[in-house]
Amino acid sequence: MISELTRGERRLALAVLTAVATFGLALAIAGRGDILAVHGGLIMASAVILMFFVIAGFYAPEPGEERLAQYYDTPTKAGVVLAMIWGVIGMGVGDWVAWLLVYPDMTFDAAWASFGRLRPVHTSGVIFGFGGNALIATSFHVLQRTSRARLPDQFSPWFVLVGYNLFCLIAASGYLLGITQSKEYAEPEWYADLWLVVVWVVYFSIYLRTLMRRQEPHIYVANWYYMAFILVVAILHIVNNLAVPISFGSAKSYSAFSGVQDAMTQWWYGHNAVAFFLTAGFLGMMYYYLPKRAGRPVFSYRMSILGFWGITFMYMWAGSHHLHYTALPQWVQTLGMTFSIMLIVPSWMAAANALLTLNGAWHKVRDDATLRFMMLAAVFYGLSTFEGSFMSIRAVNSLSHYTDWTVGHVHAGALGWVALITFGSIYAVVPWVWKRPAMYSNKLVEVHFWLSLAGTLVYVFAMWNSGIIQGLMWRTYNEGGTLAYSFIDSLVAMRPYYIARAIGGLLFAIGAVVGLYNVWMTIREASAERADEPDAPVVPALARSLQAGE
Amino acid sequence: MIDHDTLVAFSKSYGLFYLMAMAITVVAYTFWPSNKERFEEAAKSIIDDEDMPCR
Repeated sequence: MISELTRGERRLALAVLTAVATFGLALAIAGRGDILAVHGGLIMASAVILMFFVIAGFYAPEPGEERLAQYYDTPTKAGVVLAMIWGVIGMGVGDWVAWLLVYPDMTFDAAWASFGRLRPVHTSGVIFGFGGNALIATSFHVLQRTSRARLPDQFSPWFVLVGYNLFCLIAASGYLLGITQSKEYAEPEWYADLWLVVVWVVYFSIYLRTLMRRQEPHIYVANWYYMAFILVVAILHIVNNLAVPISFGSAKSYSAFSGVQDAMTQWWYGHNAVAFFLTAGFLGMMYYYLPKRAGRPVFSYRMSILGFWGITFMYMWAGSHHLHYTALPQWVQTLGMTFSIMLIVPSWMAAANALLTLNGAWHKVRDDATLRFMMLAAVFYGLSTFEGSFMSIRAVNSLSHYTDWTVGHVHAGALGWVALITFGSIYAVVPWVWKRPAMYSNKLVEVHFWLSLAGTLVYVFAMWNSGIIQGLMWRTYNEGGTLAYSFIDSLVAMRPYYIARAIGGLLFAIGAVVGLYNVWMTIREASAERADEPDAPVVPALARSLQAGE
Repeated sequence: MIDHDTLVAFSKSYGLFYLMAMAITVVAYTFWPSNKERFEEAAKSIIDDEDMPCR
């Protein structure tokens, strides 16, 4: 990897790593006596280890000018592998906490093994670790192909990828240590948040710099979705994480907001994380890899544009549906509900566009599990956006809120839509970038597909049952006008569903392990083939016949 | 002094008009006849295989 950087870029990498290591050292010194010192040390150690890699390759020959005639796919390759590893970790921890709800004593009396600390490792692991790495990896791939231009340089994509994974590492390790600012999906503390801003600005600049050099007159719609994802996540991240640390030597900070303003800011962030991280970015993936894999242009390009503006504008207002029946003014709740219902239009535009693109290629969907992953993702996208609009209605929400129905809904979206479109895209992109005719084993892709489908269905049905029973038990009154069931009664009623959910999650996590193995073996095949190549250049048949004719 | 009611009045009026203006602009852009060819070209162009950047 270092051999792909120019000499100047290697120097830049060393300078940046020195700065990061110094920053880590400063945090460790300022935070001595505080838990912050652990993270300071972790940042410094990561930077120093990377410095060794850069120094080891520093005097390798520089890449030649011929590199500019090729796309730069090494960061995409690394991102795909990282996404699959984070996927296995995140889904594994997810299943762990699912069993923890079945056997609540399974914490070994250790603080780190409590539900409250493990659960964010699961959510951040799958959303940011798995989803984020997959988005970064595929966005670099799609951006170059649709612009017909190479990434602007070799250093900045690595800065984004490595910097982002450092953020994920700080986040996950921090939760286990007990560091959190208690904002859902925004748990990391101030220093991690600041670092992510730097990484994210560089990420957006790569997009702009490549688009400026594009050889296509029109910017393909997948890039619009990826750019909305990058830009809006930056805005959300900065505003929701505005906070003042107790001191520069403390991991703890206090939010700039309080009370209902804090709740509204958090759920403006939270729902737009669903909209722009888990929807817009993955729609970008879908609008490139699905038509490409099916070999058919998208059914209606116009519909993809209308859907884009619908999604970007309406989602912005939907967050307040998380705060029905709270201190939030009634009209703000109604506004959130109204926009959530209207969102069904652009959401179904995208789902219908995907399915109509496949209309006429159903034989390919039948034979090709990779395309079937993408097809099923579009179906689950349509289902979970319908469900989401329905659940945002205040009266429905009075039954569903705080119950497992919400958990079921989130997983219909996260497993059924986000993970399936990601696996489909990864199975499409891996053979392309590693220059292989196909994945190592199509049978294993097939196995993964059915494990994913079975796991998602078991999970979602368990949580629908559980959630509705829970909601009904909480609102059932007896003749005396008091609640018919105690809270513990509802917990006992949940137990069989929690077992079913943990089994569904296990199936899904096993599928991810199968996927990681398949990706790994495809890469091994690719490198084995390169090693087998004879030392002399291969003379193509055409060239040989020309020589003979001369 | 900006109070809650002022902000509510502003967001309820301005918010409505800007959303409508936005919607009209987007629909006009999407269905503008001269854009048709460009969009269809973009949709088709990604299907073509090509393995090298255009320099």
